[in-house]
Amino acid sequence: MPTFYENRQLVTPGDLLAEGNYVAGENTFKEEGKLYASCVGMVEYSERRVNVVALKAFYTPKVGDTVIGKVTDVTMGGWIIDIDAPYPSLLRASDVMERSYRPQKDELTSIYDVGDLLIAKIVSYDRTRDPLLTVREPGLGKITRGQIVEITPTKIPRVIGRKGSMISIIKSETGCHVLLGQNGTVLVRGKTPEEERLAIMAIRKIESESHTSGLTNRVTEMLKKEKEGESKND
Amino acid sequence: MTKKEAKMIDKDGVRADGRKPDELRPTKIEVGVLNNADGSAYIEQGKNKILAAVYGPHEVHPKHLALPHRSRLRCRYHMAPFSVDERKSPAPSRREVELSKVIREALEPSIFLEYYPRTSIDLFIEVLQAHGGTRCAGITVASLALADAGIPMRDLTAACAAGKVEGQLVLDLTDQEDKKGEADVPLAYMPNLDAVTLLQMDGQLTLEEFEKTISLSLEGCKQLYLLQKEALKVKYVAVKEDIEE
Repeated sequence: MPTFYENRQLVTPGDLLAEGNYVAGENTFKEEGKLYASCVGMVEYSERRVNVVALKAFYTPKVGDTVIGKVTDVTMGGWIIDIDAPYPSLLRASDVMERSYRPQKDELTSIYDVGDLLIAKIVSYDRTRDPLLTVREPGLGKITRGQIVEITPTKIPRVIGRKGSMISIIKSETGCHVLLGQNGTVLVRGKTPEEERLAIMAIRKIESESHTSGLTNRVTEMLKKEKEGESKND
Repeated sequence: MTKKEAKMIDKDGVRADGRKPDELRPTKIEVGVLNNADGSAYIEQGKNKILAAVYGPHEVHPKHLALPHRSRLRCRYHMAPFSVDERKSPAPSRREVELSKVIREALEPSIFLEYYPRTSIDLFIEVLQAHGGTRCAGITVASLALADAGIPMRDLTAACAAGKVEGQLVLDLTDQEDKKGEADVPLAYMPNLDAVTLLQMDGQLTLEEFEKTISLSLEGCKQLYLLQKEALKVKYVAVKEDIEE
């Protein structure tokens, strides 16, 4: 079972990755016993599986994902939410109300209006139906404060880091609360705009350098340096 | 009319622009040139300058065009009014409508359209300066713009023409060579899968010449394919090298 690239090497669509008894993982496909890449990204070989971590991608909804979206329309029975996916998603009015929903009486715009940002969870989605969202869990609902950063969704795991190492560094160094939407939208909430600026800078750095190693150290370094610069200015 | 037209190929087999018969025009490709598009690419092949942009996959408008089993690829090949010597009307001509169709059909087999039912992928190919072989160069950049948008693909598609000029078989015809030559064979090819997705012919060739022309343009496609791959990687390699210094 030969493989044709090194681990974490850059590949482009159509590149032959492996032959023989491998399972085609993410962003790969198999044809006549040969495994090819289908995206620009980095190969990852494991025991039996070959994955390609895409360097640029769009979000494909998955049941159970927490996402950050924007209300784009209010309809009869709910809201249409843009979650940066190929499909618009729905949030039903009955999901938000405590009691049953009465279309004649209840004014949906008084709950969420066009332009509001929401943290929500995907409860159902398949190829034939648009994603359905819920906000009926602690921590979900309207965003009232903070700043939004958008990154390529495949880089969310990199922002989290191994066992959450990266995200905990950003949180502790900047004092910000960072909430990651699986769709690539990140909410940063800090006590001061300056703290938020730092955290956003760190996230942007992770996005542009996600395919290099030793990133955690460089991010820590950058944050420390920036903070020093700031205290001198004060 | 001048009595004696300048020859397109001199007695040493060198062409008007100094190329050998089996040589491509100098080609420069750049990926991710537009911020507002989901994916984009730009190519300069000789005097051709072409920009490609991709949006999607996203909701289809108008809604009745949505397909239940796969994504719809919509393609617009368009020549800017200033792309040719005499101003071209910006309205899509009959030729542009046809090229949009053949380009779409040349790219469709390379994309996993069935992954995203009920959506559309919109592709725009804008020819800023035309100098022969724009349909092929258009396919070459469009394929890169699709890859840049993160759309899963079976392979990149490279395209290149070959033909017969003054009795000689040549690769990658320019505008003059195409107009004055005897035949022109544009071909699009997915090198890793060894599949041809576009094959047209304008003019007349013997069977033997035709076969030679095809192998000539296949070679051209393979060279372009290497340039495509490099263009996709160069951004990321640059970041990596910066850090390792």
